[in-house]
Amino acid sequence: MDSALIPKGVQRCSLGKFTLLIAVVGAVLLWGVYAMLLCWIKGLNQTNMNDYYGFALWIWADLAVIALGGGAFFTGFLKYIVGKDELKNIINYAVLIGFICYSSALLILAIDIGQPLRGWFIFWHANVHSMLTEVAFCLSCYFAVLTIEYIPLILENRQLNKVPFFHHLAHNMHGIMAVFAATGAFLSFFHQGSLGGVSGVLFGRPFGYREGVFVWPWTFFLFTWSAAAYGPSFTLMCTKILEKASGKQLVKDNVVDLLAKISGWMILTYIIAKIADTLYWALVTAPARGHTLMDFYSNNPVYGIWILVLEIVLGGIIPAIILVVPGTRRNGYLRMTAIILGVIGVSVNRWVMVLQVMAVPVMPFDFWAMYYPSWQEVATTILPVAYGIILIALSYRYLPIFPQEPELNPVD
Amino acid sequence: MFPGFFEWIWDGGHMLFMGGLWYALGIIGLGLTYCIFKAAIETAQGDGEGHGHGDEHH
Amino acid sequence: MKKAADHTKPKRYGMVIDLDKCTGCGACMVACFAENNIPFKKDESEKLLSITWMRVYKLSNKKKYPDTDICYLPRPCMHCEGHEGHSPCVSVCPATVTDYSTETGIVSQIYTRCFGCRYCMAACPYHARYFNWWDPVWPKGMEKMLSPDVSVRMRGVVEKCSFCYHRYQRAKDKAYVEGRTDVEEEEYQTACTQACPARAITFGDLNNPKHKVYELKQDPHAFRLLERLGTNPKVYYVSSREWVRKSGDNYLKHEEPGHIATKH
Repeated sequence: MDSALIPKGVQRCSLGKFTLLIAVVGAVLLWGVYAMLLCWIKGLNQTNMNDYYGFALWIWADLAVIALGGGAFFTGFLKYIVGKDELKNIINYAVLIGFICYSSALLILAIDIGQPLRGWFIFWHANVHSMLTEVAFCLSCYFAVLTIEYIPLILENRQLNKVPFFHHLAHNMHGIMAVFAATGAFLSFFHQGSLGGVSGVLFGRPFGYREGVFVWPWTFFLFTWSAAAYGPSFTLMCTKILEKASGKQLVKDNVVDLLAKISGWMILTYIIAKIADTLYWALVTAPARGHTLMDFYSNNPVYGIWILVLEIVLGGIIPAIILVVPGTRRNGYLRMTAIILGVIGVSVNRWVMVLQVMAVPVMPFDFWAMYYPSWQEVATTILPVAYGIILIALSYRYLPIFPQEPELNPVD
Repeated sequence: MFPGFFEWIWDGGHMLFMGGLWYALGIIGLGLTYCIFKAAIETAQGDGEGHGHGDEHH
Repeated sequence: MKKAADHTKPKRYGMVIDLDKCTGCGACMVACFAENNIPFKKDESEKLLSITWMRVYKLSNKKKYPDTDICYLPRPCMHCEGHEGHSPCVSVCPATVTDYSTETGIVSQIYTRCFGCRYCMAACPYHARYFNWWDPVWPKGMEKMLSPDVSVRMRGVVEKCSFCYHRYQRAKDKAYVEGRTDVEEEEYQTACTQACPARAITFGDLNNPKHKVYELKQDPHAFRLLERLGTNPKVYYVSSREWVRKSGDNYLKHEEPGHIATKH
């Protein structure tokens, strides 16, 4: 029924099956929308946040999706600026994932603020010395860049592309995509970094605080670096999930291998820097404020030293080694294990830099505050996942996302 | 966000921040305008199949 | 406004709280509630959701009888000066809602500009900032008893102790009418200071040698909370008990309070 909209040379499931998928995921989406409306109408008392946990699940989700969506800017940077041309076969999907991640981040922020109707004050009354201001500006600008990168893909839909203006527009936008990609990389460097700076500048919170260069704490650079390192891994993970779901190979092995290799080297260099940062913080920064490392990892039911091991060893060193060594990287099973570990590692890092910063008592007579999210927080965090699945499903069905698909899966 | 607004201070931080911001916005805006105008002109000229599809794309 | 202020020396309003005098009665908290139209709920058992601009903490030396000892520590906003006004919360607020006044040393909060991102709460190690999780609901008739000098806050914004700034404005107005440029010490006192039956709280200009706080802050037993972080608070505490002074900051095992060099 919708075959006229499906790209030439590829096969898709029946419209009925597709509709069923959308309906199931759509139900989850509606659940999230309901929770979102509750938060907007009734206020943030719908959450389990409190005066000790001003930042909680949502801010973690925000930081995590932005880190994972870093695949878009870094793959774009590699393709358009560095000149890794093979990556043209995965860049569309990286852009799509980035678009989903960033739109989700903006949506979550809109739910997270206490007075959503005043959200624009962050632009109007901007305090340029605040990391959050930089995040808001760069995030919005980069979302505009991602939209610009996504639009030509939409215009390449078989029917839309028949409209001469759309056809020319898509072609022209592709023509100067390097300019947009470079702008995107510039903006991403700053907003990824500023997100790292959010906790890094909190000199009242010794767990999050880091020294640094000029106005930027070390976490500024670590966050940018980790997003560039782990983002491509997330793109590869999503590619694998879509390949499993569609039962087809969508990207050639050499492309996957190249991106995995780059991601591996980036993770390796990042984790060395992260270890150096952790050591300096544990041996110099925190003791200068009267804390030992174990003050941050004891006397509470959740945050043990295991979380540091999970983040750095399991989520950093191990995936880095697997992805850097050619033998292990080319083993599909090991590669996927490394990618999943990496995604967990960066997500744990973001969790720690938001939630644990809030949990650690600073005044000696204060206590470890624990937190678990309310169902409304969980639902609104799942909402972007459902939205992402729907957008990927629609884009995969109707847009030429994977240029190698027709060649890898010839239609008789 | 714009000079002249309440509490606007022209210090180094503002210049750096706003400079970077408007530079990025300028590039995005100009790039988009260029694409749209070029596409409009090409469409008006009827250059529908003037270039191959899918070669340099993606 | 700036020009008028240039005539007088910049002030640094602050407090000195004698912890040996504090009985933990909570009169300061109650006075603060009434003075500043602080909202409350029917059920205030969840303290992490309660708004208490002034909060009295109970400290213990964690020793067994007969050495056991406790101390009550009233904690308002510290009005941190940080490094040249770079207080933890002021520097992070993305919408310039909160500001460090170089004229008074008071950290202000513009409720109608706050959009509730709560970054300032994350930045404050003293938990002196509170979020309005609900709209205020006053018991019937109580809305007539609210102070007209302090705006009530709506749901979704952050609030905190203002050192009863409206009292400073009132005192300044009075001084202006009387042809004076400066406010006398007794003309501007916070509600908690006046309510304290033990006179544990002293309030004034830390820069002014004529004010009591000027001398009190120089007591050898005076300390500030979390000085080592570089927050540079303007609330001083005094206690003759060493364990109390040691509770004011974090120390490594071999360190002794008073021997640690702080930035400010």
